Amino acid sequence: MKSKSNLEKVLSSRKFAVTAELGPPKSADANVVRTKAAYLKGACDAVNITDCQTAIVRMSSISAGVIASQEGLEPVIQMTCRDRNRIGIQSDLLGAAALGLQNLLCLTGDHQSFGNHPQSKNVHDLDSISLLDMVRNMRDKKIFQCAEEIEVEPRFFIGAAASPFSDPLEFRALRLKKKYDAGADFIQTQIVYNLEKFSLWMKMVRELGLERNLYILAGITPPKSAGMLKYMKKFVPGQDVPDELISRMESAKDPEEEGIKVAVEMIEKVRQIEGIAGVHIMAIEWEEAVSEIANRAGLLPRPIV
Amino acid sequence: MIIAEQKPLREILNIIDKDKKLLVIGCGACVSICFAGGEKETKSLADGLFLGAKKEGLELSIETDMALRQCEWEFVEPLEDRVKKADAVISTACGVGVQTMAEKYPEAKIIPGLNTTSMGMPVEQGVWKEYCGGCGDCVLAFTGGLCPVARCAKSLLNGPCGGSKDGICEIGRDTECVWQLIYDRLKGQDRLELIMGNVLAKNWEPARDGGPRRTLRTDLLIRGEKDEEQK
Repeated sequence: MKSKSNLEKVLSSRKFAVTAELGPPKSADANVVRTKAAYLKGACDAVNITDCQTAIVRMSSISAGVIASQEGLEPVIQMTCRDRNRIGIQSDLLGAAALGLQNLLCLTGDHQSFGNHPQSKNVHDLDSISLLDMVRNMRDKKIFQCAEEIEVEPRFFIGAAASPFSDPLEFRALRLKKKYDAGADFIQTQIVYNLEKFSLWMKMVRELGLERNLYILAGITPPKSAGMLKYMKKFVPGQDVPDELISRMESAKDPEEEGIKVAVEMIEKVRQIEGIAGVHIMAIEWEEAVSEIANRAGLLPRPIV
Repeated sequence: MIIAEQKPLREILNIIDKDKKLLVIGCGACVSICFAGGEKETKSLADGLFLGAKKEGLELSIETDMALRQCEWEFVEPLEDRVKKADAVISTACGVGVQTMAEKYPEAKIIPGLNTTSMGMPVEQGVWKEYCGGCGDCVLAFTGGLCPVARCAKSLLNGPCGGSKDGICEIGRDTECVWQLIYDRLKGQDRLELIMGNVLAKNWEPARDGGPRRTLRTDLLIRGEKDEEQK
């Protein structure tokens, strides 16, 4: 085992994994994290705590992760390259490990022009791939990026993101290989709505043999309304939302119920794709939907390993 | 070339405040080519300032002049008499030219007339794009001659992020995804292997992050080479 992570244990015992997502609040209110954590407890193997997603200032991933773990969840903390240089990142990761956090998702980060501080300076000292390499070396070689030795190393189960619907499409599986080479242990994909394109990407992934060494979690998001899908299609990078799904949500009498059905169906379908090791359920500002989705998809109770 | 654009007239008028005798100095190099601070722009800026001040009841006396290259001592030296007579000097050079003037004439009030944006080129009539970030350690040999440091919004060195769609960057329609261009170029040349290896943490010391850059060529120095080498 590379870490003491529950997620790693579930995945390495070849059980179909479920992770969820918890967005920290735009405030210093720990109770928001606790409330959301309560919805997710028992419904997933680990929960992703976003790091100022879409470049909007929120409670930090590490601190919200600590609160979530106090509530009995295992967090996957996120680290983007947008806001910190290698000094800040390594420092925060030493702290995160010292606080008992076990899983780390390494991301480039959305550009700050999306967020609420578009006038900020961005960092991008590293990119997601050099970040992965650095974090793996901290764990496996016990060295900082500068090659100095670390006495007590941070031991993370290391994750990365994959964006099967972004361009250039033919490069997307190759980029996954780069992430594997750089040190990724598990992968969370962008939200899957276009199953056909996703299957094609997975085929390319299998041709490179990556699914044998990487645990790939397919991204699942229950749509709450047709409007949300339209917004995602238009404005969220890396999204591919088929028009049929939008019309299905438009004609639904109870859109939230329909959204949950869509998510459950999607889980059942991605589960049949060879090389999918689990799902990452991102119920955006709708954390209470996760246990319902997991339950209906037959994924509860979560295994104790 | 260095690309710049004129500051809003209002901003310059606010900076000149109570100065009456102004000298606007243009530059014959990059900013002439990008139509921001050449002879013509210098004159029209002077006219604009004159009229703008007049509307507010101020009578300015504005003269204009040019330096062939405002970023070199020898080209700004001949301006000495005129600079000394002015209450303020507006430089329509890039930031380098403005500072050449400021260092050459420490007594003078030097005001920038332009905002300097980037090192780039005119890609078509009326459109200029940034091409070089001056990182001090050129990577173009490995990226098909297209620069991800300057032209990727996140300076990524390992291929496109998830924000690349239809050749466009996630930050907006006017920005090409340079990694799409790099991919297409290298694929066309059958050299994709160049970007299949991972580029690990870049050394940013030769870039601005290592401190202001100073380039020394002792072979070209006329004075005190040994002192320089010891530094």
